[in-house]
Amino acid sequence: MKRFNKLASLTAVALATATMAMSGGAQAQSDPLKVGFVYVGPIGDHGWSYEHNQGRLALEKEFGDKVQTTFVEKVPEGADAQRVINQLATSGHDLIFTTSFGYMNPTLRVAKNHPDVHFEHATGFKRDKNVATYSGRFYEGRHVAGLIAGKMTKTNTIGYVASFPIPEVIRGINAVAIAARSVNPDVKIKVVWVSSWFDPGKEADAAKTMIDQGVDIIMQHTDSPAPIQVAESRGVWAVGQASNMSAFGSKAHLTAIIDNWSPYYVARTKAVLDKTWDSTDTWGGFKSGMVQMAPYNEAIPADVVALAETARKGIIDGSVHPFAGPIKDQSGKIVVPAGEVASDGMLLGMDFYVEGVDGKIPN
Amino acid sequence: MLIRLEPRAEASRAMVYQSPLIAVVLTLIAGMIMFRIMGTDPLQAVHAFFIEPISTLDGVAELLVKATPLILIGVGLSLGFQANIWNIGAEGQLTLGAIFGGVVALAFFDVESVFLLPAMLIAGIIGGMLWAAVPAFLKARYNTNEILTSLMLVYVSFLLLSFLITGPLRDPDGFNFPESRLFHDSAVLPIILEGTRLHIGFLVALLFAVLAWLMIVKHIIGFQIKVIGMAPAAASFAGFKEKKLIWLTLLISGGAAGLAGAIEVSGPIGQVIPVVSPGYGFTAIIVAFLGRLNPVGVILAGILMALTYLGGDSAQITMNLPNAVTGVFQGMLLFFLLASDVLIRYRIRLGALRVREVTPRQEGVT
Repeated sequence: MKRFNKLASLTAVALATATMAMSGGAQAQSDPLKVGFVYVGPIGDHGWSYEHNQGRLALEKEFGDKVQTTFVEKVPEGADAQRVINQLATSGHDLIFTTSFGYMNPTLRVAKNHPDVHFEHATGFKRDKNVATYSGRFYEGRHVAGLIAGKMTKTNTIGYVASFPIPEVIRGINAVAIAARSVNPDVKIKVVWVSSWFDPGKEADAAKTMIDQGVDIIMQHTDSPAPIQVAESRGVWAVGQASNMSAFGSKAHLTAIIDNWSPYYVARTKAVLDKTWDSTDTWGGFKSGMVQMAPYNEAIPADVVALAETARKGIIDGSVHPFAGPIKDQSGKIVVPAGEVASDGMLLGMDFYVEGVDGKIPN
Repeated sequence: MLIRLEPRAEASRAMVYQSPLIAVVLTLIAGMIMFRIMGTDPLQAVHAFFIEPISTLDGVAELLVKATPLILIGVGLSLGFQANIWNIGAEGQLTLGAIFGGVVALAFFDVESVFLLPAMLIAGIIGGMLWAAVPAFLKARYNTNEILTSLMLVYVSFLLLSFLITGPLRDPDGFNFPESRLFHDSAVLPIILEGTRLHIGFLVALLFAVLAWLMIVKHIIGFQIKVIGMAPAAASFAGFKEKKLIWLTLLISGGAAGLAGAIEVSGPIGQVIPVVSPGYGFTAIIVAFLGRLNPVGVILAGILMALTYLGGDSAQITMNLPNAVTGVFQGMLLFFLLASDVLIRYRIRLGALRVREVTPRQEGVT
C-alpha cells in the first residue's frame, strides 16, 4: 500500500500548490494568447495525437483571433522533448499542453525555468505551481464496450491488443473483463502486449494471432486503426480506440471509446485568458464529456444497445461504477468487497489482473 | 548545348571536400523550391529552418547537445568504414551503453562520489563494446556478414531495455510506469555553459574525434585501416592482421556508441527511459559519410545533421510546416551528396561531343 500513500501525499502537495494563486502571464489585450501543443505521434495517427489535435482545432474555433495555436508532432519522449517544450516556452507561448506520459519530467524541468508560463501535462502524476495534469477515465468507456462485447461474443473470448503494462492499460483490461463477465460469466480475455503505442504492423499481427486462437472481438489500447482493419477482413468484431475508427472497418466496428479533449482545452484556455488558471489534477469521464462513445454499430441488437446506454447514463448519474465490488483477482481473492467501489488510488496504481483475464502481467 | 560527364584520370581531391558543400547548397535550393510550391515564403522558411534555431545562445547549446551523440558515434563508425567493416548496429551498442551506465547510476543511487560519473561512462563503453564484440567474433571466426549481425542485435537490445525498464530498473514510486527514477545530482553530467543544457559530454566527443584523427594520420594502425579498406590484397601481402583490425574497429565504434548512450542518459535525459535514442545510431551512418569518414568532417556533419532536427522543430513552431519537412531535408541532403560524389571521379564538360574526344573507355556517362 506504500504506493497509495505516496499518491495521497502527492495529491496533498498538488492541492496545496493549487490553492496558491497563479500570477497570470503579462498579456497585452491586443496580442493573441499563444497556445502550444506537443504530440508524440503524427496528427494523422487517427488515434491519440489526432484527438489532441482536434482539441487544438476546437480552441481556434472557439476563441478565433484571441488565440494563436502551434503544434509540434512526433516529438520523441527523450532528450528532444525538453528542447521542444523549452522552445515553445521561450517563443511566447503562455499555455503549453504536453500530451504524452514521457513528457512528464521534461515538462517539469522547463516549467521551473518559466514560472509565468502555464503547463498542462496529460496522463502524468507529478504537478507543480504552474504544471497541471489531466487525463480521461477511459475505463468508463471500456465498461460500456465490455458489456457490448460480452453480449456479442460467440466464442466467449475477447482479444486485447495492449501497449505497455502500466496501470492505465491494466485498468482498461480489467474494466472490460468485469463488464463482459457481468453479462456473460464464461468470457475470457486474452492479452497481447506489443510494447508500442503506435505500430500498425505489430498491432495487426497481434490481432491476427488472437483471431487464429478463437477470439471474435478485438479490443485495443494502442493508437492505430490496424486492428480494426484486420477485424474487418477476418469478419470479427472490434472496438475502436481514442477516436471513431469506423471508417477503417464499418462492419467490424462495434463502437469506439472517444477521447474528447475539446471541452477541457477550451476551459483551460479560458481560465488563462480570465487569469483564473491554477494547477489542478483533472480526471474526466463521461460526465465531463472527456470520454464519449462512438455511434453503435447497427448490427448490435436493440436490447444490447439499451443495456449499454443504461450503463453509460448510470455512470454519469453515479448509480453505476465500473469497479463495483465484489471484484476478485486472478487467484480468486476478493480485492473489492461487495457494496464498495475501488478507490481512485487503487485505480491509479492498478497492477493486477481481475478474474477472467488470461496470462500474467509482464514484469 | 550538351552536358557531359568525363572521367577524370585521377579522383579529384578538391572535390572530395567540395561535394558536401555542393550538396548543402543544392539541398537549400531544392528546399526553397519545395517551400515555394507549398505556398510559404521560401526565404522565411529557410530562415526558420536553418538560422532561427541557432539565433540564441541557448539554441547553439541545444545544437551541440543534439550533435554530441552523432559526432561520437559517427567518428567511431568512420574508422571501421575506412577498413570496409560495416557496423550498422551502433543504435544497439548505444542502447547497451545507456543500460550499463544507467545500472551503475541506479545501483549507487544517492551515493555522492566524484568517481560515479566516470564509472558510469566506462560502464557505458564496456556495454557498447560487449554488444559489438558479438559481430566482431562472428566475423573474425566464421566470416559472417557483420552488417546483418550488428543490425539484428539492435532489436535484441531494444527488447532487453524494454524488459529491464518494466522490471528491475523501474522507479519503485512511479505507479508502474516504464521509466527509472531520476538520477541523483552526482550521476548527472556537469553543465559547461550556465543556463543551458550543454554538458561536458560534448567536450568528450571532441576529444574522441581528436584521438581518432591522431590514430588515423599518425599511427601505424590508422595506416593499416586505410590500406585494408583500399586494397585488401595488398594489406594481407604486407602481413597486416585483418582479424585484429576487425576486432579493433568494431570495439572502438561499439565503445563510442556505448559512451554516447551513457552520456545521453546521464546528460540531457537524466534517467533510463524505454526509448533512449531517436535513431542516433542510424543517423550517424549518414553523418560519417557526409563527413568524408574524417573526424573533423564528422564533427561538422554531426552539427549540420543536428541542425536539420532543430530546424524541423522551429519550422513547425514558427511556420506551421509539417514534421515531414525534417525527413525531406535529411533525405535530400544524402541524395545530393551521393549525386555530387560523381564529381570526384568525373568532370563536367559543356558543349557537343567532339569526335576526337571519344575514347574506348566505357565508364563515361553521357
